[in-house]
Amino acid sequence: MPIQYYIYFCLALFSIGIIGVLTRRNAIIVFMCVELMLNAVNLLLVAFSKMHHGAALLNNPTTTVGIDGQLFVFFIMVVAAAEVSIGLAIIVMMYRNTHSVDINFLNRLKN
Amino acid sequence: MNTVQILFFFLSVLAIFSAIMVLVSKNPVHSVLWLIAVFFAISGHYILLNAQFLAIVNLIVYAGAIMVLFLFVIMLMNLNANAEPRKRWWMKLAGVVSGGCFLVVLVSLVQQALDLTGKETLMKEGNIGLIKNLGKVLFSDFVLPFEISSVLFLSAMVGAVVIGKKD
Repeated sequence: MPIQYYIYFCLALFSIGIIGVLTRRNAIIVFMCVELMLNAVNLLLVAFSKMHHGAALLNNPTTTVGIDGQLFVFFIMVVAAAEVSIGLAIIVMMYRNTHSVDINFLNRLKN
Repeated sequence: MNTVQILFFFLSVLAIFSAIMVLVSKNPVHSVLWLIAVFFAISGHYILLNAQFLAIVNLIVYAGAIMVLFLFVIMLMNLNANAEPRKRWWMKLAGVVSGGCFLVVLVSLVQQALDLTGKETLMKEGNIGLIKNLGKVLFSDFVLPFEISSVLFLSAMVGAVVIGKKD
C-alpha cells in the first residue's frame, strides 16, 4: 500500500479532530477529539515504521529497523492514559464548581 | 484489488465516518460509542500492518480503559440530556474552514513531496510488531523511558486523587 494513502487517511482523521476542538463547546467532546488526533498520529508512526522496515528488509532479512516507531507509539499511549486521568479529574472538578462543562465558561481565566 | 486493499479502504471509510459521527452527535454518550468504533477501525489497521502488540494494546487501553473512564464521567455528570449550548453558526463555519485549510495545505504538500513517491508500506509481513521483538528492544534500549513512564503514572495517579478530592 503506498505510504501516501496512509498519510491522507491520517491527515483526514487529524483534521476532523481539529475541527472538533474548534467547533464543539462540551469539554468532554473536545477532549475526545484530542484523543482522536493522538490516534491519527499513532497510526502514521506505525505506517512509517513499516515503510522503513520494508525498505531495510531487502538488504538484510534479520534487521529490526523501524522498531523504534512502534515503541514511540507505545509511549504515546502511556502518556495519553496519564493525560486522560488528569484531564477528566480537572473536568470533574470544573463541573463541581460551575455545574457545567461548557468551555466558554472558562474564559474568565483570561482576566 | 486484493483483500488487503479492500480491507484498507473499508477500515478507512469506517474510521472517517465514525470520526465525523463523533463530531455531529448531540448526545455525548453516542460520541463515546462512535469513538470506540474509530479505535476498533484503527486497531484493524494495526493488524493489517502486522503490528499485533499495538493492536491489542490499543483495544485494551483505549477502547477498554480510557473510553470506560469517559463513559463513567459522562454518566456521573448526567450529561446525556442535550445540555450543550449551541455555538453561533459563523463560529462553527470558521472552525470547519480552518480545519479544511489545514487539510488542503498538508495534502498538497504530501502530493508534491519527492521523498514519498514510490514508497510502500509493508503490509501483513515483517516481524517487528510482534511482542517478542518489541519486548527485547523495550527492555534493552528503552529501559530508562520505561521506568520514567512508571514515575509518570504514579504522579498522574497522585494528581488525579489530589484534584478529585473534595476540599
